[in-house]
Amino acid sequence: MSEPFEPKIVAFVCTYCTYAGADLAGTSRLKYAPNVRIVRLPCTGRISPMFILKALQKGADTVLVSGCHPGDCHFTAGNYHARRRWTVFRALLAFTGIPEERIRFSWVSAAEGAKFAEMINDITDETRKLGPFTQYQELQKVIETQSSY
Amino acid sequence: MAKIGVFVCHCGENIASKVDTGILVKSLSDHPGVEICQEYKYFCSDPGQETVKRAIREHKLTGVVVAACSPRMHEVTFRKACAEAGLNPYMLELANIREQCSWVHSEKDQATSKAIEITRSLVEKVKRNNELKPISVPVTRRALVIGGGIAGIQAALDIAGAGREVVLVEREPSIGGHMSQLSETFPTLDCSQCILTPRMVEAIQHPKITVMTYSEVEEVEGYIGNFTAKIRKKARYVDMDKCTGCGDCIQKCPVKKISNEFELGLSNRTAIYTPFAQAVPNVPVIDKSRCTYFKNGKCKICEKSCQIDAIDFEQQESVETIEFGAIVVATGFQIQDTSVYGEYGYGKYKDVITGLHFERLASASGPTAGKIQRPSDGKEPETVVFIQCAGSRDPSKGVKYCSKICCMYTAKHAMLYTHKHHGSNSKIFYMDIRAAGKGYDEFTRRAIEEDGADYLRGRVSKVFEENGKLIVRGVDTLLGKPVEVKADMVVLATAMVPQPDAKNFAKRIGIGYDEYGFYNEAHLKLRPVETAKAGIYLCGACQSPKDIPDSVSQASAAAAKVLGLFSREQLEREPVVAAVGESTCAGCWGCVYACPYNAIEKKDITDRNGNLIKQVASVNPGLCQGCGTCVTFCRSNSIDLAGFTEKQIFAEVMAL
Repeated sequence: MSEPFEPKIVAFVCTYCTYAGADLAGTSRLKYAPNVRIVRLPCTGRISPMFILKALQKGADTVLVSGCHPGDCHFTAGNYHARRRWTVFRALLAFTGIPEERIRFSWVSAAEGAKFAEMINDITDETRKLGPFTQYQELQKVIETQSSY
Repeated sequence: MAKIGVFVCHCGENIASKVDTGILVKSLSDHPGVEICQEYKYFCSDPGQETVKRAIREHKLTGVVVAACSPRMHEVTFRKACAEAGLNPYMLELANIREQCSWVHSEKDQATSKAIEITRSLVEKVKRNNELKPISVPVTRRALVIGGGIAGIQAALDIAGAGREVVLVEREPSIGGHMSQLSETFPTLDCSQCILTPRMVEAIQHPKITVMTYSEVEEVEGYIGNFTAKIRKKARYVDMDKCTGCGDCIQKCPVKKISNEFELGLSNRTAIYTPFAQAVPNVPVIDKSRCTYFKNGKCKICEKSCQIDAIDFEQQESVETIEFGAIVVATGFQIQDTSVYGEYGYGKYKDVITGLHFERLASASGPTAGKIQRPSDGKEPETVVFIQCAGSRDPSKGVKYCSKICCMYTAKHAMLYTHKHHGSNSKIFYMDIRAAGKGYDEFTRRAIEEDGADYLRGRVSKVFEENGKLIVRGVDTLLGKPVEVKADMVVLATAMVPQPDAKNFAKRIGIGYDEYGFYNEAHLKLRPVETAKAGIYLCGACQSPKDIPDSVSQASAAAAKVLGLFSREQLEREPVVAAVGESTCAGCWGCVYACPYNAIEKKDITDRNGNLIKQVASVNPGLCQGCGTCVTFCRSNSIDLAGFTEKQIFAEVMAL
């Protein structure tokens, strides 16, 4: 490889906790790796496994799902649903051909700016070691000629 | 065809120093669908917003992306600007290139390319945004206040005073709550009845307040502005409209030996009774379980004694269904059952009593007409020992928390005792004196310095009887010595605990409670009178142990919240709610299970002859809070969340 590999991380976060935590990292001027792209959603309960597959297909090397700590969900129980969904989805990962370490699940509260920054740095480092996730991107090239999504 | 305007803000140097805005603008200008892309030093300023508005009008923009700070900061600002320029405010997205880009990255080229990707993905999202209208929910401007203690009365009076209808529901035959049982109140020593009864009368006479005593709230359905409550009115067997409260029936009732609950068993009552002399409404009830007629089918002496035929043995309980816009929960507390402290002899020795018993003894309207007498033999006690924290701050046997009022009422009891019985001797075992409040510390100092209350710091290990005296064995930790006091009476400062059915009731009306059963507020500091369920508010000791001033202030605060809600006829809500595509919905009810707000109902689809074709899910936009959990549950992709639709999010991801 001529250039060092720069991983792309897509983070699906809830607006009440982790998005606010990421904002706090900003207002605290904490520096972290620029490899993360954040998709804001109302709640982790809204996050479909399809979003994760789509992100990996589109070139993400690691996907992060993060929301409010258990018990802190703005919507009472969305994060519990997300956690259960993750348990089920994890069982399907082998079938989808995705290594488990490509998907990360975490709780970051609105007060945990430092945790968010640290977590992004960790994930970036670990993904760098894992190398690019190309299986799905190759699949994407085929799809792009057909799909309109 | 989409015409998107992209506005890149420098935020002074905050963004521009780390993101090359020139490159960002150039890159976005070439993006398909982008009509205009501009940069400016401060888009949130007035001239900045004017630029956005002008662009919307001149270019007939269909969507706007402002690449600036977090949407948590300025989404509202720019939504307003869009609306003023004639664009639907939900056709706006904020690309967060400050908090989540320029402030957290140091390499300019990396930050710039990240900013481009963030903005681009939101351009793709905004192309798929739909025009949304705020949801209007009608507000029934009538409040339900549950609990007729001082907190409930205060909340009802405040709401009614502002001209709104109130229904005050109390399960006992009279309003007044625990405050009506108290003798004098700290720190001013004014008589509880003297300050409370005028409020009780004011409540029942208020034209806007309907007082429903001997009634219980069975069930609450609905949501903010639109609750429906079922209230069970228990049969009183006395006609409320006819009864004048003369009391003849009570005089004549032959069943006289029933332990009086209001007097905590210190005196007896009849089978037809009012709980206390100043009861409001002053209408007796018949205790069906003790009444001779109901037991044997014979007696009816009360009926014969009643000159206006107010007694009605045929009366049935009834359930009323009433609509409300807001609910104030003021269900109060109970005192802990002190029999868990076997070593203090409560229940075994008649002269070991609780603080509430002492209130009744000291009360001028109580069983002893205000004389402090021993329950066992009616003698005036020479030495009284007060044991504080008999339940509170004791995780092993009692409760972990501080009941807050006991330090004050124990000091008051010692004072009242001295005032009523000169030369008396009161000894108080305490852990700490917690007298925080206006005039409170001065009050406890007065008890010690002027009224001779003897405070001993330490716990009591045992109370036992010896030669007609109660021996209180404890320790004085300041002297480091065991002490023994020969007492004539022992008063336990028992803990305040939630009502025994508090948890069940919370479940029925859909609010949260803590490990003890006290009701949870939405935020302990910033939203102390709201619950997590919009439209339901809290006041008084059902939330945590409280004294009268705190209960009353919280009641007024809850009333202010209710009146704020009632200030409008319609409640405007964010239109970020789910909606069902009925043509594809298969009625699997996965969404119904997923919804934490019970916002999804089953809806019948019928043909024109009224035959049922199928059942589909239907979202009540008044209840839906917009979390989107149902969307992810839907097996047939039939449900979607406005503002965060599948199309929008996939487009956003694809552009990253």
